[in-house]
Amino acid sequence: MRVALFVPCYIDQLYPAVARATLEVLERQGCTVSVPLGQTCCGQPMANAGFEAGSVGTMQRFVDLFADFNYIVAPSGSCVAHVREHYKRLPQNDAVQHVRARTMELCEFLTDVLGVEQLDARFPHRVGLHESCHGLRGLRLASSSELQVPRFSKVQRLLELVDGLELVPLDRADECCGFGGTFAVTEEALSVKMGRDRLRDHVAHGAEIITATDMSCLMHLGGLARRQQMPVQIRHVAEILRGEDG
Amino acid sequence: MSTPLPEIPLPVIDHAAAAARFVADEARTNWHDASLWQVRQKRDRAAQAVPEWEALRDLASKIKAHTLSRLDEYLAQFEEQATANGIQVHWAKDAAEHNQIVHAILARHGVQRLVKSKSMLTEECGLNPYLEAQGIEVVDTDLGERIVQLAGEGPSHIVMPAIHVKKEEIGALFHEKIGTPAGEADPGRLTEAARQHLRAHFLSADAALTGVNFAIAETGGFVVCTNEGNADLGVHLTPVHIASMGIEKIIPAAEHLGVFLRLLARSATGQDLTVYTSHFHRPRQGQELHVVLVDNGRSAHLGRADFRDALKCIRCGACINTCPIYRRSGGHSYGSTVPGPIGSILTPGIDLKKYQHLPFASTLCGSCGDVCPVKIDIPGQLYRWRQLVTEEGHAGRSKRRVMAVAGQIFRNPRLFRWAGKLGRRLLRWLPQRAVYHQRNVWGRARDLPEPPRQSFLEWYAAHRSDNANKKGHDQ
Repeated sequence: MRVALFVPCYIDQLYPAVARATLEVLERQGCTVSVPLGQTCCGQPMANAGFEAGSVGTMQRFVDLFADFNYIVAPSGSCVAHVREHYKRLPQNDAVQHVRARTMELCEFLTDVLGVEQLDARFPHRVGLHESCHGLRGLRLASSSELQVPRFSKVQRLLELVDGLELVPLDRADECCGFGGTFAVTEEALSVKMGRDRLRDHVAHGAEIITATDMSCLMHLGGLARRQQMPVQIRHVAEILRGEDG
Repeated sequence: MSTPLPEIPLPVIDHAAAAARFVADEARTNWHDASLWQVRQKRDRAAQAVPEWEALRDLASKIKAHTLSRLDEYLAQFEEQATANGIQVHWAKDAAEHNQIVHAILARHGVQRLVKSKSMLTEECGLNPYLEAQGIEVVDTDLGERIVQLAGEGPSHIVMPAIHVKKEEIGALFHEKIGTPAGEADPGRLTEAARQHLRAHFLSADAALTGVNFAIAETGGFVVCTNEGNADLGVHLTPVHIASMGIEKIIPAAEHLGVFLRLLARSATGQDLTVYTSHFHRPRQGQELHVVLVDNGRSAHLGRADFRDALKCIRCGACINTCPIYRRSGGHSYGSTVPGPIGSILTPGIDLKKYQHLPFASTLCGSCGDVCPVKIDIPGQLYRWRQLVTEEGHAGRSKRRVMAVAGQIFRNPRLFRWAGKLGRRLLRWLPQRAVYHQRNVWGRARDLPEPPRQSFLEWYAAHRSDNANKKGHDQ
């Protein structure tokens, strides 16, 4: 099985430790992982801002780079949801259809493809899980609170396999953090208010760490928490699934 | 030599600015958010109690899809049946025509005072100011609508028009307008005072206007859902009943009504049904019954394949209640009769330039789409409206520039690596004052992450890639 790792642009530049943790988690599960060095971005930042047309070259580049792999795994629900849903824009040849179907978020890949039932990881902390919206409702990584379907969360199930980890309950299990890409800047006041509200929920329930499938939500929440000197840290889910000692 | 025709500068709704003003009062924002979240939770409990909830949503969505695909036929059938029942049916192509039709009916009967139950369509058409200018008094009889009418405001929500007003503020308003004791803020006593005040208007009114929740093509009848019985009181006491409806309110047959009624109140307020579900099929003896079918941009919307599904909306407001943006920015921030997610996909169809920012008043979190009882893909439509805003040339120049640069960088891995490295270096080297300059909007309330010396791909190339092996750089 040829697995490629796609590292979202901002994770590559700002959070290399998250990408390394993702690589490690996959390798520990026995995957041989390739990292095509010509990768850049999925195109979502432009497309969500209304510039999908200008991102077609970026999309096509993504397809060309990854079409030969069995699976393309990324530590982001949002980028994966973008590839799966909005690459409909490209002519639907075999390569595009293959890439759309086989690009997967890390927890989704561990659950649905590898069938992981056991993790050799320890993380003895009280953790609040932020269900990032695009993973939640775009990829259905968990049942959203609006739908009347049996409750599940692929991310939570994996976190429960981590030794010593205690998940804290939240008042609002799947409310948006307010990041939203360019929304974080164009609607700054609302974005900040939404983020502070999420932080309060996690801190009130005693979370030491907030985790998520998406570093973009965590960059926003972590930036707010640090500015306000709130006693809570952020960790991408890959860093927790790898275990504390790395 | 010809002189160029100047463009008339019309206001563009600035949601972000209005939202920032709303959020500035944090205590009030928290109160507003909590009030609406409570409604969302009631909706969740009501939906949970219906085992076939998801099947119902699916069915409702498909019935609406079918109806929209044959809207012309069903409207004609409705007109035929309704006319046979003795209802007078009128067609209005836009808001102005609707208002003229209503006024002509009222003028013929010499109506001085019209009692109106809740109708967002008449809000959309601006009926109240139109009739008032012709000397007709219009009294909104839905409690929430009456509150905003007395306050001289528009509704901030389609189901709970006065959800933005606190009970103490209602007390002060009623003290001033209808003479309740100063300082009265007890909801029960305020409601009773409104009831007495409205009763006098009901008894002296000459005509009643209602909205329509569902019109049934097969029977020529229509259904009005209220919680206060105000629609019934109005139409039973007056000799003229006018019902205004958007043309998308039609459903094929009476058997479909059960599907929508089971979804509507549960989605709207968490009630199993509204307190009153009133069916009208024909005028009672001595009464005139008119139905005004209003297009006002709806057939144009029907012609937009990407956005047609928005016409499935049954105006329950569930997407509004669940929206984390709406809950923290208030309904007036949208500057349109229908606020929230559904407003943000309907209103751009009316005037894309004026409402160009509404599709961006969203994080695309998707809660609206999952809560919608007729399964409108609201986040998908928001995304597509965003593309149209750019295609129609409304995106600002600086945004266009930034996006063009991003498009270049992401197409070119070398440029991407170089730009990333430069950015990280600048972040490390520049003094904090420069990094957190006022123009760094991100950094006003948020710290930036500490920029690493090495990107992941740089690390990988140096330590793990085949190239590194060949060059002997591997560890």
